[in-house]
Amino acid sequence: MHSLIQAIILGALTGGVYALMASGQTLIFGIMKVINLAQGAFVILASYLTFSLFQMTGIDPFVLILITTPVMFVLGAATQWFLLRPLRQDDMAELSLLVTFAVALGLEGLLAIIYKTTYRTIQPGYENHSWTIRGYQVNEVRFYAFFLSLAMLAALYLLLQKTKFGRAVRATVQNPMSAQLLGVNSKMVASFGFGLGVATAAAAGSVFGLISPFNPGSHYDLISRLLTIVVLGGLGSIGGSVIAALIMGVGSALVSALASPIWSDFTFFIVLLLVLLLRPRGLFGARVRGSL
Amino acid sequence: MTKAGILRAVIFFGGLALLPLGIEPVWVLNLLIFTLMYAALASSWNYIGGYAGYPSLGHAAFFGIGAYSIAIIFEKSVGRGYAPFFMLPVIGIAVAILSIPIGMIAMRTRADVFAIVTITLLFVAQTLAFNLRTVTGGAQGKGIAVPPFAISHFSWPFYYAMLLLLLLSMGISFYFRRSKIGLSLAAVKADEDKAHGVGVPVTFVKIVAFAASVGIAAMVGGVWAYYGGYIYPQFAVDPLITIGMVLMTFLGGRATLWGPVIGAFILVPAQQTFAYQFGGSQFYLLAYAAIFLVIMLILPRGILPTITDRLRTKAKLREISAALTAQEQEASR
Repeated sequence: MHSLIQAIILGALTGGVYALMASGQTLIFGIMKVINLAQGAFVILASYLTFSLFQMTGIDPFVLILITTPVMFVLGAATQWFLLRPLRQDDMAELSLLVTFAVALGLEGLLAIIYKTTYRTIQPGYENHSWTIRGYQVNEVRFYAFFLSLAMLAALYLLLQKTKFGRAVRATVQNPMSAQLLGVNSKMVASFGFGLGVATAAAAGSVFGLISPFNPGSHYDLISRLLTIVVLGGLGSIGGSVIAALIMGVGSALVSALASPIWSDFTFFIVLLLVLLLRPRGLFGARVRGSL
Repeated sequence: MTKAGILRAVIFFGGLALLPLGIEPVWVLNLLIFTLMYAALASSWNYIGGYAGYPSLGHAAFFGIGAYSIAIIFEKSVGRGYAPFFMLPVIGIAVAILSIPIGMIAMRTRADVFAIVTITLLFVAQTLAFNLRTVTGGAQGKGIAVPPFAISHFSWPFYYAMLLLLLLSMGISFYFRRSKIGLSLAAVKADEDKAHGVGVPVTFVKIVAFAASVGIAAMVGGVWAYYGGYIYPQFAVDPLITIGMVLMTFLGGRATLWGPVIGAFILVPAQQTFAYQFGGSQFYLLAYAAIFLVIMLILPRGILPTITDRLRTKAKLREISAALTAQEQEASR
């Protein structure tokens, strides 16, 4: 029982980090109907960026998020503007998928050239500290990461619900054509939205580097998990992706504790299959495609 | 089939069949084997990715299953060396049947989610290959018995096996184009709901295309494993294999008979030269990504459709100008 509850705690905390990555993924899908296969690679890029900045300056990785997030935002927006926007509209879905895959490969190659393929971790000195509460271990970094994720998600929510930009984004999600007719610059929205989605990956990436060793190929592990999460949550639903991330975090931690860590990745695939069999639109996927 | 088409096929396959007789260096034959391999793979990817418009990113999983099947069955002995080749059809059919339930689940979704499911499939296959140690040998890999072929002609059987698989792959592609299946697939690609509405058996044709496609991928994987003699999970189930197929099909032209083959004959030699010049696979990844992006942005329809379109436009223009001159002459008379 003890180990089960311990696994649930660990899983929920990890799930929080996944929630951040997945919310960016699903936001991008919601706005542009693009499945961003490079989301995992952007996360890993942010991890490396944090790793290098931390080594050079010694600034705390959590503070470095303030630097990495805007950098990744610009990178994401540029990716959309230069690589996705010029694609032909009639087979946008297919082409954009492959373009983002190519971006992922390119980032992987670039990182492998710069950093080689050895596994790295960001070690600010407190990464292994944990509190013991009633006999349960709560890892400090994961705990901070979890609340950072919640804070970022809250900020994202406010941005989407309360600002003019957020209104434009939501309008574009609901109906791109009408939004454009009403004066929303949907090209800018798409570019900013993609940047925003990638920026959440940046914050998640800085944290991911603290809780898990990574190498340039790690994005493959991430992307299969992220895709399962967004499908489970319902493509385009941010709330859904957060809940799905927590479910998957806990679920895979339980499988890891009960069976073996080897099979925890497998949990994701089984869940993906079940979702597609029983409820292809996911937990909170709108019947009409595209609500946030 | 038009006369020109038959001629083209005879020259292409006849030439390739005679080629080993005329070339000495082993590396050329080796390069050709990989070219044929990717041509067969790309051709088969084209059924589902090109004709049906469902971009599968998981074909490497089936390639790996084929590779591991051969490695597991023929770990100890290959007899006189030909047994693994005779086993291939069995593996191909078995994998095709196995893929039907997978296809049925994956096809419940449309192109974008289909890509998600298939890419996940790839990672699952890789995880299994790494972790089912008793069956696959895990990260240590698995060896296959060495065939007793004469050293001087060692690669010939593999060359002809790949050539036959390419013939099969293109044969099926050709059959699809001529039959109702191809028409139905084109309808699925254009507008699946409408196609379904007017009575096209959409699920059936998608499954047929998918099963045929991955069956071929598995057979090609089998020959690849046998040729290499030793397989490791990261190379048997490699996202780069999937990417190779996709890239070559896109470069040559999706939903065309010859496009994927043209793509393979351009990219594989280029890629081998590149790997030879720069070694490390990291540059190789970057180059792949760069080529990919360039194709997507500049030549999204591929070489073949672009060229045929241009020729067609030229012919049309010539016709029109001929008609105009004729009219002018008429008028001046």
